Amino acid sequence: MARMKFVCDAERCIECNGCVTACKNENEVPWGVNRRRVVTLSDGVPGEKSISVACMHCSDAPCMAVCPVQCFYRTEEGVVLHDKDVCIGCGYCSYACPFGAPQFPSQGTFGARGKMDKCTFCAGGPEANGSEAEFEKYGRNRLAEGKLPACAEMCSTKALLAGDGDVLADIFRTRVLHRGSGAEVWGWGTAYGSQQAGKPANGGTR
Amino acid sequence: MRRAAGTLVALVAGAIVLAACTEKPQTNSEGVKYDAPPWSGTAKQTNNGTPFTASGWQVGDRAAWERQIKVRSNGQNEYSRVN
Repeated sequence: MARMKFVCDAERCIECNGCVTACKNENEVPWGVNRRRVVTLSDGVPGEKSISVACMHCSDAPCMAVCPVQCFYRTEEGVVLHDKDVCIGCGYCSYACPFGAPQFPSQGTFGARGKMDKCTFCAGGPEANGSEAEFEKYGRNRLAEGKLPACAEMCSTKALLAGDGDVLADIFRTRVLHRGSGAEVWGWGTAYGSQQAGKPANGGTR
Repeated sequence: MRRAAGTLVALVAGAIVLAACTEKPQTNSEGVKYDAPPWSGTAKQTNNGTPFTASGWQVGDRAAWERQIKVRSNGQNEYSRVN
């Protein structure tokens, strides 16, 4: 049985925010709610790294552990989902989550916290698969269409991977073994020309 | 006698420590609605899914869905696609 996971390769992420846009478009996520976002460390200085973060669908999910109304459930594929009809919007899950995945829309006159919204791994919710009710509450159910989450499938650099954890581990292992550094980096010659591959522009030493 | 007791204590302690290495079941006992499995598709089986359903698998066939997801996951590996 597959165990669905996300992996983001910080060496590849270029902070394009395409995953964020794809998620918002695919699931028609309302204003003020970002199920996925790109976090950049050391922004603007050499060595900056970006990583795309959303619900990581934990195997031992803390949100599920602290929810007072037990609105979370875990599918056979390891996707952590929740029932918005049961959620009371208390926010405990947002304190428990180390990734900041649970989001709360500000609705109503006084900006009262609405029901929690989070990444569903494009697997919808407890409503009937592909139904209008499921789409309105949780977004598209791409898994039931035989597809992977939109964010990962459209990632241009394939920094963000989604799918069975074992498959992702194999992909990542291959990538790390082949990636190398400098002139060995995949696509370096295409991008910069093989003559100067791995050499600094001024001809000096690194 | 004392050695046997020591061994027994060590075994019990080992069992207690290793019990933390098992995976905790996250079954839903509180009655929250369960979701339909993804291989049941987004429409009736006779309809073979909706126009959005990816081709290459039959709605309702679990093994076919798992193969489809595996192929799709492996499609993210450009090393296997290019080489």
